[in-house]
Amino acid sequence: MLQTARPRKKSQPKAPVHEKYLEAFRWMLLTRTFEEKLASMYRGGRITGGVYVGKGQEAISVACGIFLQKGDIFAPLIRDQAGRSAFGEPLVDVARTYLGSRTGPMRGRDGNIHRGSPRDGQLAMISHLGAMVSVVVGSLMAKRGRGEKNFIGLTAIGEGGMQTGATHEGMNIAAVEHVPLVVVATNNHYAYSTPNDREFACANLVDRARGYGFEGYELDGTDLAQCLDVIGTAVKRARAGRPPQLVVASILRLAGHGEHDDFSYVTDDIRKEPFAIDCLQRTEAFIKERELADAATLQRWREEAAEEVENAFSAAQKEPVPNGEEEDWCAISTRDLVDEIE
Amino acid sequence: MSITYLEAIREAQAKLLRDDKRVFIYGQDVGGSFGGAFKATKGLAKEFPGRVLNTPISEDAMVGTAIGAALEGMRPIVEMQFADFSSIALNQILNNAGTHYWRTNVPIPITVRLPSGGTKGSGPFHSQSMESLYAHYPGLIVMTPATVEDAYTMLIDAVAIDDPVIYCEHKYLYYHLKADSLPNDRMPVGKARIARTGRDLTIVSYSAMLHESLSAAEEIAKEGFEIEVVDLRTVKPLDTAAVLASVARTGRLLAVGESFPWGGVTAEVIARVATEGFHLLDAAPARVNAKDTPIPYHPNLWSTHRPSSKVIAAKARKILRE
Ligand SMILES: Cc1ncc(C[n+]2csc(CCOP(=O)(O)OP(=O)(O)O)c2C)c(N)n1
Ligand SMILES: [Mg+2]
Repeated sequence: MLQTARPRKKSQPKAPVHEKYLEAFRWMLLTRTFEEKLASMYRGGRITGGVYVGKGQEAISVACGIFLQKGDIFAPLIRDQAGRSAFGEPLVDVARTYLGSRTGPMRGRDGNIHRGSPRDGQLAMISHLGAMVSVVVGSLMAKRGRGEKNFIGLTAIGEGGMQTGATHEGMNIAAVEHVPLVVVATNNHYAYSTPNDREFACANLVDRARGYGFEGYELDGTDLAQCLDVIGTAVKRARAGRPPQLVVASILRLAGHGEHDDFSYVTDDIRKEPFAIDCLQRTEAFIKERELADAATLQRWREEAAEEVENAFSAAQKEPVPNGEEEDWCAISTRDLVDEIE
Repeated sequence: MSITYLEAIREAQAKLLRDDKRVFIYGQDVGGSFGGAFKATKGLAKEFPGRVLNTPISEDAMVGTAIGAALEGMRPIVEMQFADFSSIALNQILNNAGTHYWRTNVPIPITVRLPSGGTKGSGPFHSQSMESLYAHYPGLIVMTPATVEDAYTMLIDAVAIDDPVIYCEHKYLYYHLKADSLPNDRMPVGKARIARTGRDLTIVSYSAMLHESLSAAEEIAKEGFEIEVVDLRTVKPLDTAAVLASVARTGRLLAVGESFPWGGVTAEVIARVATEGFHLLDAAPARVNAKDTPIPYHPNLWSTHRPSSKVIAAKARKILRE
């Protein structure tokens, strides 16, 4: 059965606030602070390669990470810093990866968003969009085979990445294998510079849930309350053994595809759409309106976030970078089977 | 008793399933009472319930799923229905499995079985030999067993290896090759075998082409030349030392492979000998490959497209005359 939660008009003034609302806000704040610093370092020429931020997507992403527990699998994508942090990725590992630290998780071998800690259930995405969906399926099958209980997998995808064959194969096989998977698809209305009308022609991406044998939901990704509510529910339903879950969230990407991109192709009209609201500002306004935290507390949180970001970068900066002469240049773990080529 | 190459593959999988709880087989039509397009998993689904699983026609997702399971400690064997269809899974194999250990320090112990190579009437899309393509990419081990014994022991080795293994099993050998029994001993992975000793020319080959090369050597023996034939067994790693040692004995080299001619295993063998053993050569090295066209359907065309013992012998005579 397709379960579609239509976006609510507006959070009810007196509706109870999600118990994770403030915690989520703090991860969002940390992410925004971190990524602003990262972007400024990029502009200063201090980051090699690209920088990809999740500006405007923090509410969706934090909801992806915040309900996950030890034993769960998370396969994040480009704009998932908030979710990665909420699921336990140390901020210093992000700084290390962007700076190419030899002691970081990727040791200068891979960079930016292409990082993870597979042994901790945080998969290291490859660039090829959609490729991680089936990988999560396999991990979940193995866990089930071992008799583990109460675990789920969650993976993120953009509306652009949703159009790849890999995503299609991955979602289909997830439903065939009936694994506890949640796919959170964010329609931020662009894939790089390409708007929705050149990406897909179906009326609504959530309709695909029915086609795959998923349960599907939609949400307004600018509203943290909805993100927590809908994604939290999808996670619960997956844990309870329901079919795989598809959540389609709507927002506008509030930055370039990467920091190299001035996103001048984003039209003025679309910037006025309700989905173009900045989720972080909206969340902060809600906190003030409902007096969930006072001004001094908000200020303290901001300072703490800035300090944490500062610490992450300064620690990573002190670490050694890799050295081509000292690398072992060996792509397999079975050392005695290395192909010795002169 | 006699056992075919194909039966050896089935027996290896039965043993793996029996001995190792982490092993499961994932592929199209492998399960149920059917047991695979070539019957390489016949009866296994019944003997090992829940561990020989049919998949949708989703090569990308089949390998992706295997990667995820391997990350969680399993030892999946993916059966491609034909090697040719593994092109759909190239991304998962090359970019995901092949890069994973390098990137994250966590290896991906999956085995991908590729029913490879040409047979009569199979045409462009059911005949390909993809070992050269897989060997080109870092992070993979590529096996090309040419004997019943190797088909058995190398598949068991493939699953034991912590890294992704592309296991190229040759369809032409499935029923043609027979052995008296399954072997008790095994050669180490990555080591080539001298399939025939000789002193006048070294032919380096693997998989089905080993047998064409051996026939060519047999033919030429009648003319008074002794050809040494090296079976590479794995094309990656490539046992350069064994090849060089053979060329040191013979002074002449012919490399024979069934994949397309541009680049590939035979080019690699010649490049290595030319760079590391130039002084050993008494004549220019040569190679024989399939032709640089898609693989034809009609047997008359196919038998010319594919390297045959006749073409190999002709090339060998030419090198021997130099
Ligand atoms: C298979 C594949 N093709 C192309 C790319 C290059 N690329 C990287 S991100 C991107 C746009 C992705 O759009 P979307 O999935 O909507 O995610 P968003 O960037 O909007 O978060 C493209 C084309 C890629 N990573 N993978
Ligand atoms: Mg997008």
